[in-house]
Amino acid sequence: MARKFLSGNEAFAEGIRLAGPQVISAYPITPQTIVVERLSEMVEEGSLSAEFIHVESEHSALSCAIGASAVGARAFTATSSQGLLYMAECLTYASGGRFPIVMMNANRSTALPWNIYGDQRDSISLLDSGWIQCYVENAQEALDLALMSYYIAEKKEVSTPFMVNLDGFVLTHTYEVTDVPEKEQADAFLPGYETENKLDPDHPRNLGFSVGPEHNMAFKYKEHLGILHAKEAVREAEERFAQIFGRQYTGLVEAYRTEDASFVLITLGSIAGLVRETVDRLRERGEKVGLLRIRYLRPFPNKEIAEVLGNVRAAAVLEKDISFGNEGTVFSNVNSALHKAGIPVPVSGYIGGLGGRNISSEEIEGIFEDLKSEKRKTMFLGLGGEGEWV
Amino acid sequence: MTEIIWHGRGGQGAFTAAKLLGAAFILADENHFALAFPSFGPERRGAPIRAFTKLCGGPVGNRSEVEQADYSIFLDETLFTETAYEELKPDGRILLNTKQEVKDPKVTALDGDGLAREILGLPITNTVMLGAFTALFPDISLEDAEAAVRQYMPERLWMKNIAAMEKAAETVRKGAIS
Repeated sequence: MARKFLSGNEAFAEGIRLAGPQVISAYPITPQTIVVERLSEMVEEGSLSAEFIHVESEHSALSCAIGASAVGARAFTATSSQGLLYMAECLTYASGGRFPIVMMNANRSTALPWNIYGDQRDSISLLDSGWIQCYVENAQEALDLALMSYYIAEKKEVSTPFMVNLDGFVLTHTYEVTDVPEKEQADAFLPGYETENKLDPDHPRNLGFSVGPEHNMAFKYKEHLGILHAKEAVREAEERFAQIFGRQYTGLVEAYRTEDASFVLITLGSIAGLVRETVDRLRERGEKVGLLRIRYLRPFPNKEIAEVLGNVRAAAVLEKDISFGNEGTVFSNVNSALHKAGIPVPVSGYIGGLGGRNISSEEIEGIFEDLKSEKRKTMFLGLGGEGEWV
Repeated sequence: MTEIIWHGRGGQGAFTAAKLLGAAFILADENHFALAFPSFGPERRGAPIRAFTKLCGGPVGNRSEVEQADYSIFLDETLFTETAYEELKPDGRILLNTKQEVKDPKVTALDGDGLAREILGLPITNTVMLGAFTALFPDISLEDAEAAVRQYMPERLWMKNIAAMEKAAETVRKGAIS
């Protein structure tokens, strides 16, 4: 294990080197470019033995990864923002075909206005494409997810592609302490990819087929069951990871100081670091506050969220996303989880950080202050727009 | 937590210095943590840029730009104006690359350009100013900064940059201004 000073992109590239995909196909886009550059350097210098395919677009990048996966290869691609939207057509081919491809997405705003900075509208707008979606907080978690994502995606009962999301710039381009494991440890953690879901002349089968109305829905049902199986696979992967690498992860969510909390802020991605610091500061003043970080948006942690929020007085969701004409999508999902569990906690919805707008510690403190009124509030952080959702 | 703002122009290596400082700090002690990042956006040679280093005894959760620094380091004196004091904590200090004498106890001045031209043969002052900083800041040694150069810069750059850092640190320790 080597203690290094790496950016989120560099850490993720190290994780992919350790996971050892056989095919990498990618097209560069800011702020994802560095992960692709590092991987091409690793292939060039021989520290990663993979076929690196320079493609002409993101649509081709994922198509190429699907082709590689369809002959039984471990495949990787990476993208961001408009690139992810451009490959959207292929996302459902990968998930419907049950190809366990891993993709890194550098979360970036979507045009227009054109903007290269971070928010999560790109990936959240594709929540229904059948991919597992994980949001990491820091470079270490990024590296670790590069390894765990393949373990989870390739489980036979899961067989679902996996999107690992890193906040653009604030995570992809920020340097921080990262432990880089040895290749032997990584190999002990992650077995080679074995599948029957491939083109094999000795065992002929049909892939990428069409299915009429009679059976089509059954395939979609099986696809849904597959991504639900990822919940158990996440638990198993993290247990195995802790045994080999000594680092613990907490499943679909991470609850921080929520055991006796009256007010909980729910968020995802790298802003959780600032929320955690704010929670610590408010706790020192005796305020009963906590953080619930959603790590996986798909499969969605309905049960876990209900468990944490069962006894709180009020909660808020802070997300870098808006479903125009309605509300934040994470907010909708959290409310649905609570409604299904019969928990009448008032939940407020805050949209923040769009287009890379800074979220300050004072603003987070302000959300906790608002929660004390125990009234449901929805607004754009720093702009207002309060009540316009109702 | 110690927060540092680096001021430079595109091409002067301010972000590289911010990174090397973070790397040096984590090499100094295995309980040290750091963040380093530039002011994000398209880069142009010659345009003013800022970079940030945060040094801490635990993980750093706040990824926002530094608003008030403990140390503000100017690789280019044309960027040093009165506003420099607004982004400084009350007991903050400034490290300035200049040939002028500065009569302000908050400011440590040295002729980084002259030093860089003499040793590197180029007016690129990022490692010079990092070396000078090791003489100002007690929690990091010149050796830590040299180790960071060896770990994170290409080998062909080691010798001259380490020599430049040593000379800069010595200049500040002697209190020799400009």
